[in-house]
Amino acid sequence: MSANGHFVAIENVTKRFGDLEVLTHVSLEVEEHGVVCLIGASGSGKSTLLRCVNLLERVDEGTIVVDGETITNGKVDVNALRRKIGIVFQAYNLFPHMTVAQNVMLAPRKVRGLSQSEARSRAWGLLDRIGLLDKADEFPDRLSGGQQQRVAIARALAMEPKLMLLDEITSALDPQLVSEVLNLVRELAQSGMTMIIATHEMSFAREVSDKICFLDGGVIREQGPPDQIFSNPREARTREFLARVIEAGRM
Amino acid sequence: MHRVLHSFANPFYFRQALPDIWSGFTINVQMMLIAEVLVLVFALVLAIVRGLPGRGAKPFRGLAIVYTDFFRGTPLTLVAFAFILGIPGLDYPGISHYSNEVYGIAALTVVYTAYVTEVYRAGIESVHGSQRMAARSLGLSYGHTMRYVVLPQAIRRVVPPLLNDFIGLQKDTAIIGAIGVIEAAAQANNFASSYFNFTGFLVAAVFFIYLTIPLARYTDHIIKERELRERATAT
Repeated sequence: MSANGHFVAIENVTKRFGDLEVLTHVSLEVEEHGVVCLIGASGSGKSTLLRCVNLLERVDEGTIVVDGETITNGKVDVNALRRKIGIVFQAYNLFPHMTVAQNVMLAPRKVRGLSQSEARSRAWGLLDRIGLLDKADEFPDRLSGGQQQRVAIARALAMEPKLMLLDEITSALDPQLVSEVLNLVRELAQSGMTMIIATHEMSFAREVSDKICFLDGGVIREQGPPDQIFSNPREARTREFLARVIEAGRM
Repeated sequence: MHRVLHSFANPFYFRQALPDIWSGFTINVQMMLIAEVLVLVFALVLAIVRGLPGRGAKPFRGLAIVYTDFFRGTPLTLVAFAFILGIPGLDYPGISHYSNEVYGIAALTVVYTAYVTEVYRAGIESVHGSQRMAARSLGLSYGHTMRYVVLPQAIRRVVPPLLNDFIGLQKDTAIIGAIGVIEAAAQANNFASSYFNFTGFLVAAVFFIYLTIPLARYTDHIIKERELRERATAT
Protein backbone atom coordinates (compact mmCIF):
# COMPACT_ATOMS: atom_id res chain seq x y z
CA MET A 1 0.00 0.00 0.00
CA SER A 2 2.89 2.40 0.38
CA ALA A 3 6.43 3.16 -0.57
CA ASN A 4 8.60 0.43 0.95
CA GLY A 5 5.92 -0.13 3.55
CA HIS A 6 6.19 3.35 5.03
CA PHE A 7 2.99 5.27 5.50
CA VAL A 8 4.76 8.56 4.93
CA ALA A 9 8.07 8.68 3.09
CA ILE A 10 9.78 12.03 2.79
CA GLU A 11 12.79 11.81 0.54
CA ASN A 12 15.45 14.43 -0.02
CA VAL A 13 13.04 17.31 0.34
CA THR A 14 14.36 20.81 -0.14
CA LYS A 15 12.21 23.90 0.28
CA ARG A 16 13.17 27.49 -0.32
CA PHE A 17 11.41 30.76 0.34
CA GLY A 18 13.12 33.00 -2.18
CA ASP A 19 16.83 32.76 -1.45
CA LEU A 20 16.29 31.28 1.97
CA GLU A 21 16.58 27.51 2.14
CA VAL A 22 14.32 26.40 4.98
CA LEU A 23 14.60 22.65 4.41
CA THR A 24 17.67 20.97 3.02
CA HIS A 25 17.60 17.36 1.80
CA VAL A 26 15.23 16.20 4.48
CA SER A 27 14.40 12.50 4.55
CA LEU A 28 12.04 10.94 7.06
CA GLU A 29 9.77 7.91 7.26
CA VAL A 30 6.67 7.44 9.33
CA GLU A 31 5.12 4.02 9.81
CA GLU A 32 1.40 3.40 9.95
CA HIS A 33 0.16 3.95 13.53
CA GLY A 34 3.53 5.49 14.29
CA VAL A 35 4.13 8.79 16.03
CA VAL A 36 7.07 10.94 15.01
CA CYS A 37 7.97 14.08 16.93
CA LEU A 38 9.88 16.88 15.28
CA ILE A 39 11.97 18.86 17.74
CA GLY A 40 14.26 21.80 17.23
CA ALA A 41 14.43 25.53 17.75
CA SER A 42 11.87 27.89 16.26
CA GLY A 43 12.72 28.48 12.63
CA SER A 44 14.39 25.10 12.23
CA GLY A 45 11.83 24.07 9.61
CA LYS A 46 9.44 21.90 11.63
CA SER A 47 6.29 23.73 10.57
CA THR A 48 7.38 24.02 6.99
CA LEU A 49 7.99 20.28 6.84
CA LEU A 50 4.49 19.58 8.17
CA ARG A 51 2.98 21.98 5.69
CA CYS A 52 4.78 20.29 2.84
CA VAL A 53 3.16 17.00 3.80
CA ASN A 54 -0.36 18.29 3.17
CA LEU A 55 0.70 20.57 0.33
CA LEU A 56 0.06 23.84 2.07
CA GLU A 57 3.61 24.40 0.85
CA ARG A 58 5.09 23.02 -2.37
CA VAL A 59 8.48 21.38 -2.15
CA ASP A 60 11.21 22.56 -4.50
CA GLU A 61 13.08 19.27 -4.64
CA GLY A 62 12.55 15.73 -3.47
CA THR A 63 9.45 13.58 -3.11
CA ILE A 64 6.86 12.90 -0.48
CA VAL A 65 4.77 9.74 -0.57
CA VAL A 66 1.69 9.50 1.62
CA ASP A 67 -0.32 6.30 1.84
CA GLY A 68 1.22 4.97 -1.37
CA GLU A 69 0.59 8.13 -3.34
CA THR A 70 3.33 10.46 -4.51
CA ILE A 71 2.02 13.91 -3.66
CA THR A 72 4.88 16.03 -4.92
CA ASN A 73 4.55 15.45 -8.67
CA GLY A 74 1.90 18.11 -9.21
CA LYS A 75 -0.69 15.63 -10.44
CA VAL A 76 -2.24 14.78 -7.12
CA ASP A 77 -5.76 15.93 -6.22
CA VAL A 78 -4.90 18.32 -3.41
CA ASN A 79 -8.37 18.33 -1.88
CA ALA A 80 -8.56 14.54 -1.94
CA LEU A 81 -5.17 14.32 -0.27
CA ARG A 82 -6.13 16.76 2.45
CA ARG A 83 -9.24 14.75 3.21
CA LYS A 84 -7.05 12.03 4.64
CA ILE A 85 -4.61 14.32 6.41
CA GLY A 86 -5.71 16.37 9.40
CA ILE A 87 -3.65 19.32 10.54
CA VAL A 88 -3.92 21.31 13.75
CA PHE A 89 -2.23 24.68 14.05
CA GLN A 90 -0.60 26.57 16.87
CA ALA A 91 -3.21 29.35 16.66
CA TYR A 92 -6.20 26.91 16.57
CA ASN A 93 -7.70 28.77 13.57
CA LEU A 94 -11.27 27.89 14.45
CA PHE A 95 -13.89 29.66 12.33
CA PRO A 96 -15.03 32.49 14.61
CA HIS A 97 -18.42 32.99 12.94
CA MET A 98 -19.48 29.41 13.55
CA THR A 99 -20.38 27.60 16.72
CA VAL A 100 -18.18 24.80 17.99
CA ALA A 101 -20.53 22.21 16.48
CA GLN A 102 -20.67 24.03 13.15
CA ASN A 103 -16.87 24.16 13.08
CA VAL A 104 -16.72 20.41 13.47
CA MET A 105 -19.56 19.71 11.04
CA LEU A 106 -18.54 21.96 8.15
CA ALA A 107 -16.00 19.76 6.37
CA PRO A 108 -17.88 16.45 6.85
CA ARG A 109 -20.96 18.08 5.36
CA LYS A 110 -19.39 19.98 2.48
CA VAL A 111 -16.45 17.73 1.65
CA ARG A 112 -17.68 14.27 2.61
CA GLY A 113 -21.27 15.06 1.74
CA LEU A 114 -22.70 13.82 5.02
CA SER A 115 -26.27 14.77 5.81
CA GLN A 116 -26.95 17.28 8.56
CA SER A 117 -27.95 14.53 10.98
CA GLU A 118 -24.99 12.28 10.15
CA ALA A 119 -22.57 15.17 10.55
CA ARG A 120 -24.29 16.15 13.74
CA SER A 121 -24.04 12.75 15.33
CA ARG A 122 -20.39 12.51 14.31
CA ALA A 123 -19.71 15.95 15.79
CA TRP A 124 -21.55 15.11 18.98
CA GLY A 125 -19.55 11.91 19.34
CA LEU A 126 -16.28 13.78 18.94
CA LEU A 127 -17.26 16.61 21.26
CA ASP A 128 -18.22 14.04 23.83
CA ARG A 129 -14.86 12.36 23.38
CA ILE A 130 -12.98 15.62 23.96
CA GLY A 131 -15.23 16.47 26.89
CA LEU A 132 -16.78 19.57 25.35
CA LEU A 133 -20.28 18.43 24.50
CA ASP A 134 -21.70 21.19 26.68
CA LYS A 135 -19.89 23.77 24.52
CA ALA A 136 -21.38 22.57 21.22
CA ASP A 137 -23.45 25.70 20.67
CA GLU A 138 -20.91 28.21 21.93
CA PHE A 139 -18.85 30.41 19.65
CA PRO A 140 -15.09 29.78 19.82
CA ASP A 141 -14.23 33.06 21.53
CA ARG A 142 -16.19 31.89 24.58
CA LEU A 143 -13.77 28.99 25.05
CA SER A 144 -10.37 28.87 26.70
CA GLY A 145 -7.32 28.32 24.52
CA GLY A 146 -7.09 24.70 25.58
CA GLN A 147 -10.74 24.11 24.78
CA GLN A 148 -10.38 25.80 21.41
CA GLN A 149 -7.40 23.64 20.58
CA ARG A 150 -9.33 20.49 21.53
CA VAL A 151 -12.13 21.62 19.23
CA ALA A 152 -9.58 22.17 16.46
CA ILE A 153 -8.41 18.59 16.97
CA ALA A 154 -12.01 17.35 16.89
CA ARG A 155 -12.61 19.35 13.72
CA ALA A 156 -9.68 17.61 12.05
CA LEU A 157 -10.75 14.19 13.37
CA ALA A 158 -14.26 14.68 11.99
CA MET A 159 -12.82 14.03 8.54
CA GLU A 160 -11.56 10.66 9.78
CA PRO A 161 -8.01 11.32 8.64
CA LYS A 162 -5.42 8.57 8.32
CA LEU A 163 -2.66 10.95 9.33
CA MET A 164 -2.61 13.86 11.75
CA LEU A 165 -0.10 16.69 11.63
CA LEU A 166 0.18 18.71 14.83
CA ASP A 167 2.02 21.99 14.45
CA GLU A 168 3.18 23.17 17.90
CA ILE A 169 -0.36 22.92 19.10
CA THR A 170 0.43 23.78 22.72
CA SER A 171 2.83 26.66 22.07
CA ALA A 172 0.17 29.36 22.33
CA LEU A 173 -1.43 27.93 25.46
CA ASP A 174 -1.14 28.98 29.07
CA PRO A 175 0.92 26.36 30.93
CA GLN A 176 -2.05 25.09 32.94
CA LEU A 177 -3.98 24.40 29.72
CA VAL A 178 -1.26 22.40 28.03
CA SER A 179 -1.99 19.09 29.73
CA GLU A 180 -5.65 18.87 28.67
CA VAL A 181 -4.53 19.11 25.05
CA LEU A 182 -1.62 16.73 25.47
CA ASN A 183 -3.90 14.19 27.15
CA LEU A 184 -6.07 14.21 24.08
CA VAL A 185 -3.07 13.72 21.79
CA ARG A 186 -1.83 10.90 24.02
CA GLU A 187 -5.20 9.22 23.69
CA LEU A 188 -5.02 9.62 19.91
CA ALA A 189 -1.59 8.01 19.84
CA GLN A 190 -2.87 5.10 21.91
CA SER A 191 -5.79 4.64 19.53
CA GLY A 192 -3.26 4.07 16.74
CA MET A 193 -3.45 7.37 14.89
CA THR A 194 -0.45 8.00 12.68
CA MET A 195 0.94 11.39 13.63
CA ILE A 196 3.74 13.81 12.92
CA ILE A 197 4.05 16.27 15.77
CA ALA A 198 6.12 19.42 15.86
CA THR A 199 6.57 20.27 19.52
CA HIS A 200 8.59 21.98 22.20
CA GLU A 201 7.19 19.66 24.89
CA MET A 202 10.17 17.36 25.27
CA SER A 203 8.92 15.03 27.97
CA PHE A 204 5.70 14.60 26.07
CA ALA A 205 7.62 13.88 22.87
CA ARG A 206 9.71 11.31 24.67
CA GLU A 207 6.70 9.59 26.12
CA VAL A 208 4.41 9.51 23.11
CA SER A 209 6.62 9.01 20.08
CA ASP A 210 8.26 6.06 18.36
CA LYS A 211 10.79 8.29 16.71
CA ILE A 212 12.29 11.68 17.44
CA CYS A 213 13.63 13.80 14.68
CA PHE A 214 15.88 16.75 15.50
CA LEU A 215 15.80 19.57 12.97
CA ASP A 216 18.41 22.27 13.00
CA GLY A 217 18.61 25.00 10.37
CA GLY A 218 16.43 23.05 7.95
CA VAL A 219 18.52 19.90 8.23
CA ILE A 220 17.69 16.71 10.10
CA ARG A 221 20.73 16.38 12.35
CA GLU A 222 19.64 13.24 14.05
CA GLN A 223 16.71 10.87 14.24
CA GLY A 224 16.08 7.80 16.30
CA PRO A 225 14.11 6.26 19.14
CA PRO A 226 13.27 8.75 21.90
CA ASP A 227 15.41 7.03 24.55
CA GLN A 228 18.47 7.20 22.38
CA ILE A 229 17.94 10.83 21.32
CA PHE A 230 17.23 12.10 24.82
CA SER A 231 19.65 9.94 26.82
CA ASN A 232 22.39 9.35 24.36
CA PRO A 233 22.39 11.87 21.50
CA ARG A 234 25.12 11.24 18.97
CA GLU A 235 25.35 14.67 17.46
CA ALA A 236 26.91 17.66 19.19
CA ARG A 237 24.11 19.93 17.95
CA THR A 238 21.48 17.69 19.47
CA ARG A 239 23.30 17.70 22.80
CA GLU A 240 23.57 21.48 22.70
CA PHE A 241 19.89 21.87 21.89
CA LEU A 242 18.80 19.47 24.64
CA ALA A 243 21.11 21.15 27.13
CA ARG A 244 19.47 24.50 26.36
CA VAL A 245 16.03 22.95 26.71
CA ILE A 246 16.92 21.53 30.11
CA GLU A 247 18.40 24.85 31.13
CA ALA A 248 15.13 26.55 30.19
CA GLY A 249 13.28 24.12 32.42
CA ARG A 250 11.28 22.70 29.56
CA MET A 251 11.99 19.07 30.34
CA MET B 1 -31.77 86.38 8.75
CA HIS B 2 -35.45 86.95 8.24
CA ARG B 3 -34.96 86.94 4.50
CA VAL B 4 -33.03 83.73 4.66
CA LEU B 5 -35.73 82.03 6.69
CA HIS B 6 -38.43 83.39 4.44
CA SER B 7 -36.65 82.14 1.38
CA PHE B 8 -35.51 78.71 2.57
CA ALA B 9 -37.73 77.76 5.50
CA ASN B 10 -41.11 79.30 5.07
CA PRO B 11 -43.80 77.23 6.85
CA PHE B 12 -46.43 78.20 4.32
CA TYR B 13 -44.37 77.09 1.35
CA PHE B 14 -43.21 74.05 3.28
CA ARG B 15 -46.75 72.72 3.40
CA GLN B 16 -47.36 73.86 -0.13
CA ALA B 17 -44.36 71.97 -1.49
CA LEU B 18 -44.82 68.83 0.56
CA PRO B 19 -47.14 66.70 -1.63
CA ASP B 20 -45.25 67.08 -4.91
CA ILE B 21 -41.86 66.59 -3.34
CA TRP B 22 -43.13 63.57 -1.45
CA SER B 23 -44.33 61.98 -4.67
CA GLY B 24 -40.95 62.80 -6.19
CA PHE B 25 -39.20 61.28 -3.21
CA THR B 26 -40.94 57.95 -3.67
CA ILE B 27 -39.05 57.78 -6.99
CA ASN B 28 -35.78 58.36 -5.12
CA VAL B 29 -36.60 55.55 -2.74
CA GLN B 30 -37.52 53.26 -5.59
CA MET B 31 -34.30 53.96 -7.50
CA MET B 32 -32.27 53.58 -4.34
CA LEU B 33 -33.75 50.24 -3.33
CA ILE B 34 -33.45 48.65 -6.75
CA ALA B 35 -29.92 49.99 -7.30
CA GLU B 36 -28.77 48.86 -3.86
CA VAL B 37 -29.90 45.30 -4.37
CA LEU B 38 -28.25 45.16 -7.78
CA VAL B 39 -25.07 46.74 -6.46
CA LEU B 40 -24.82 44.27 -3.59
CA VAL B 41 -25.02 41.33 -5.99
CA PHE B 42 -22.85 42.63 -8.84
CA ALA B 43 -20.17 44.02 -6.55
CA LEU B 44 -19.89 40.72 -4.69
CA VAL B 45 -19.47 38.86 -7.98
CA LEU B 46 -16.80 41.34 -9.13
CA ALA B 47 -14.95 41.18 -5.82
CA ILE B 48 -14.89 37.39 -6.00
CA VAL B 49 -13.70 37.47 -9.62
CA ARG B 50 -11.00 39.93 -8.69
CA GLY B 51 -9.69 37.55 -6.04
CA LEU B 52 -9.75 34.40 -8.19
CA PRO B 53 -6.46 32.52 -8.02
CA GLY B 54 -4.43 31.08 -10.84
CA ARG B 55 -3.19 32.06 -14.26
CA GLY B 56 -6.38 31.03 -16.03
CA ALA B 57 -8.36 33.67 -14.16
CA LYS B 58 -5.96 36.46 -15.07
CA PRO B 59 -8.05 37.99 -17.88
CA PHE B 60 -11.10 38.03 -15.63
CA ARG B 61 -9.18 39.66 -12.81
CA GLY B 62 -7.93 42.21 -15.34
CA LEU B 63 -11.44 43.01 -16.55
CA ALA B 64 -12.64 43.47 -12.99
CA ILE B 65 -9.76 45.86 -12.29
CA VAL B 66 -10.43 47.86 -15.46
CA TYR B 67 -14.10 48.08 -14.54
CA THR B 68 -13.54 49.36 -11.03
CA ASP B 69 -10.82 51.78 -12.11
CA PHE B 70 -12.98 53.19 -14.88
CA PHE B 71 -16.23 53.64 -13.01
CA ARG B 72 -14.72 54.69 -9.74
CA GLY B 73 -12.92 57.46 -11.56
CA THR B 74 -15.85 58.63 -13.67
CA PRO B 75 -18.28 61.14 -12.13
CA LEU B 76 -21.78 59.74 -11.74
CA THR B 77 -23.13 62.77 -13.58
CA LEU B 78 -21.24 61.79 -16.73
CA VAL B 79 -22.39 58.19 -16.56
CA ALA B 80 -25.98 59.30 -15.93
CA PHE B 81 -25.89 61.71 -18.88
CA ALA B 82 -24.45 59.03 -21.10
CA PHE B 83 -27.10 56.50 -20.10
CA ILE B 84 -30.17 58.75 -19.98
CA LEU B 85 -29.40 60.81 -23.04
CA GLY B 86 -27.24 58.38 -24.97
CA ILE B 87 -28.92 54.99 -24.80
CA PRO B 88 -32.34 56.06 -26.11
CA GLY B 89 -30.55 57.78 -29.00
CA LEU B 90 -28.98 54.50 -30.04
CA ASP B 91 -32.43 53.23 -30.87
CA TYR B 92 -31.46 49.62 -30.24
CA PRO B 93 -34.46 47.38 -29.81
CA GLY B 94 -34.53 45.91 -26.33
CA ILE B 95 -32.37 48.47 -24.57
CA SER B 96 -33.31 51.87 -25.93
CA HIS B 97 -36.94 52.17 -24.95
CA TYR B 98 -37.03 52.27 -21.20
CA SER B 99 -37.91 55.19 -18.95
CA ASN B 100 -35.28 57.62 -17.71
CA GLU B 101 -35.71 56.13 -14.28
CA VAL B 102 -34.47 52.76 -15.53
CA TYR B 103 -31.39 54.35 -17.11
CA GLY B 104 -30.85 56.30 -13.92
CA ILE B 105 -30.92 53.09 -11.89
CA ALA B 106 -28.50 51.53 -14.36
CA ALA B 107 -26.10 54.48 -14.01
CA LEU B 108 -26.24 54.35 -10.21
CA THR B 109 -25.71 50.60 -10.25
CA VAL B 110 -22.77 50.73 -12.62
CA VAL B 111 -20.96 53.45 -10.67
CA TYR B 112 -21.68 52.21 -7.17
CA THR B 113 -20.81 48.64 -8.07
CA ALA B 114 -17.27 49.90 -8.60
CA TYR B 115 -17.12 51.43 -5.12
CA VAL B 116 -18.76 48.53 -3.36
CA THR B 117 -16.51 46.00 -5.11
CA GLU B 118 -13.59 47.66 -3.37
CA VAL B 119 -15.41 47.55 -0.04
CA TYR B 120 -16.05 43.83 -0.40
CA ARG B 121 -12.49 43.27 -1.52
CA ALA B 122 -11.12 45.01 1.53
CA GLY B 123 -13.35 42.80 3.66
CA ILE B 124 -12.20 39.64 1.91
CA GLU B 125 -8.56 40.62 2.32
CA SER B 126 -9.08 41.40 6.00
CA VAL B 127 -9.87 37.75 6.73
CA HIS B 128 -6.61 36.31 7.95
CA GLY B 129 -4.84 33.83 5.69
CA SER B 130 -4.83 31.26 8.47
CA GLN B 131 -8.61 30.97 8.08
CA ARG B 132 -8.29 29.96 4.44
CA MET B 133 -5.43 27.67 5.35
CA ALA B 134 -7.53 25.97 8.01
CA ALA B 135 -10.42 25.55 5.60
CA ARG B 136 -8.28 24.27 2.73
CA SER B 137 -6.47 21.87 5.02
CA LEU B 138 -9.83 20.29 5.87
CA GLY B 139 -10.19 19.52 2.18
CA LEU B 140 -12.64 22.32 1.40
CA SER B 141 -12.40 23.54 -2.18
CA TYR B 142 -11.59 27.16 -3.02
CA GLY B 143 -15.27 27.86 -3.65
CA HIS B 144 -16.44 26.29 -0.40
CA THR B 145 -13.71 28.10 1.50
CA MET B 146 -14.89 31.42 0.11
CA ARG B 147 -18.55 30.70 0.63
CA TYR B 148 -18.53 29.24 4.11
CA VAL B 149 -15.41 30.66 5.73
CA VAL B 150 -14.13 33.83 4.07
CA LEU B 151 -17.22 35.66 2.79
CA PRO B 152 -19.35 35.39 5.94
CA GLN B 153 -16.54 36.93 7.96
CA ALA B 154 -15.70 39.49 5.27
CA ILE B 155 -19.26 40.71 4.76
CA ARG B 156 -19.86 41.04 8.47
CA ARG B 157 -16.85 43.31 8.72
CA VAL B 158 -17.86 45.60 5.87
CA VAL B 159 -21.44 46.31 6.92
CA PRO B 160 -20.60 49.82 8.20
CA PRO B 161 -18.67 50.95 5.11
CA LEU B 162 -21.37 49.38 2.91
CA LEU B 163 -23.98 51.42 4.69
CA ASN B 164 -21.88 54.50 4.20
CA ASP B 165 -21.80 53.92 0.46
CA PHE B 166 -25.53 53.39 0.45
CA ILE B 167 -26.14 56.70 2.10
CA GLY B 168 -24.06 58.15 -0.72
CA LEU B 169 -26.09 56.26 -3.29
CA GLN B 170 -29.30 57.42 -1.72
CA LYS B 171 -28.25 61.05 -2.03
CA ASP B 172 -26.91 60.60 -5.52
CA THR B 173 -30.36 59.60 -6.74
CA ALA B 174 -30.86 63.37 -6.78
CA ILE B 175 -28.24 63.65 -9.54
CA ILE B 176 -30.47 61.49 -11.71
CA GLY B 177 -33.18 64.09 -11.00
CA ALA B 178 -31.03 66.81 -12.50
CA ILE B 179 -30.85 64.88 -15.76
CA GLY B 180 -34.40 63.88 -16.37
CA VAL B 181 -36.22 61.97 -13.67
CA ILE B 182 -38.82 63.92 -11.74
CA GLU B 183 -37.76 62.91 -8.25
CA ALA B 184 -37.61 64.95 -5.06
CA ALA B 185 -34.79 67.34 -5.97
CA ALA B 186 -36.27 68.02 -9.40
CA GLN B 187 -39.65 68.67 -7.81
CA ALA B 188 -38.03 71.06 -5.37
CA ASN B 189 -36.39 72.86 -8.25
CA ASN B 190 -39.70 73.11 -10.12
CA PHE B 191 -41.26 74.49 -6.99
CA ALA B 192 -38.52 77.08 -6.65
CA SER B 193 -38.98 78.28 -10.22
CA SER B 194 -42.77 78.54 -9.82
CA TYR B 195 -42.87 80.32 -6.46
CA PHE B 196 -39.48 82.08 -6.32
CA ASN B 197 -39.10 80.38 -2.95
CA PHE B 198 -36.56 77.74 -2.00
CA THR B 199 -38.32 76.06 0.92
CA GLY B 200 -38.88 73.09 -1.36
CA PHE B 201 -35.18 72.28 -1.08
CA LEU B 202 -35.51 72.08 2.67
CA VAL B 203 -38.46 69.74 2.28
CA ALA B 204 -36.43 67.47 0.02
CA ALA B 205 -33.46 67.63 2.40
CA VAL B 206 -35.66 66.64 5.32
CA PHE B 207 -36.88 63.60 3.39
CA PHE B 208 -33.34 62.50 2.55
CA ILE B 209 -32.14 62.97 6.10
CA TYR B 210 -35.20 61.22 7.41
CA LEU B 211 -34.25 58.19 5.33
CA THR B 212 -30.56 58.05 6.24
CA ILE B 213 -30.86 58.28 10.00
CA PRO B 214 -32.94 55.12 10.51
CA LEU B 215 -30.59 53.34 8.11
CA ALA B 216 -27.60 54.35 10.22
CA ARG B 217 -29.30 53.32 13.47
CA TYR B 218 -30.42 50.05 11.95
CA THR B 219 -26.85 49.15 11.01
CA ASP B 220 -25.59 49.99 14.47
CA HIS B 221 -28.26 47.66 15.76
CA ILE B 222 -27.25 44.79 13.45
CA ILE B 223 -23.61 45.10 14.39
CA LYS B 224 -24.39 45.17 18.08
CA GLU B 225 -26.76 42.23 17.87
CA ARG B 226 -24.18 40.11 16.07
CA GLU B 227 -21.55 40.99 18.59
CA LEU B 228 -23.83 39.99 21.43
CA ARG B 229 -24.72 36.73 19.74
CA GLU B 230 -21.09 35.83 19.33
CA ARG B 231 -20.12 36.76 22.84
CA ALA B 232 -23.01 35.07 24.56
CA THR B 233 -24.27 31.52 24.37
CA ALA B 234 -26.04 30.66 21.18
CA THR B 235 -28.81 28.60 22.68
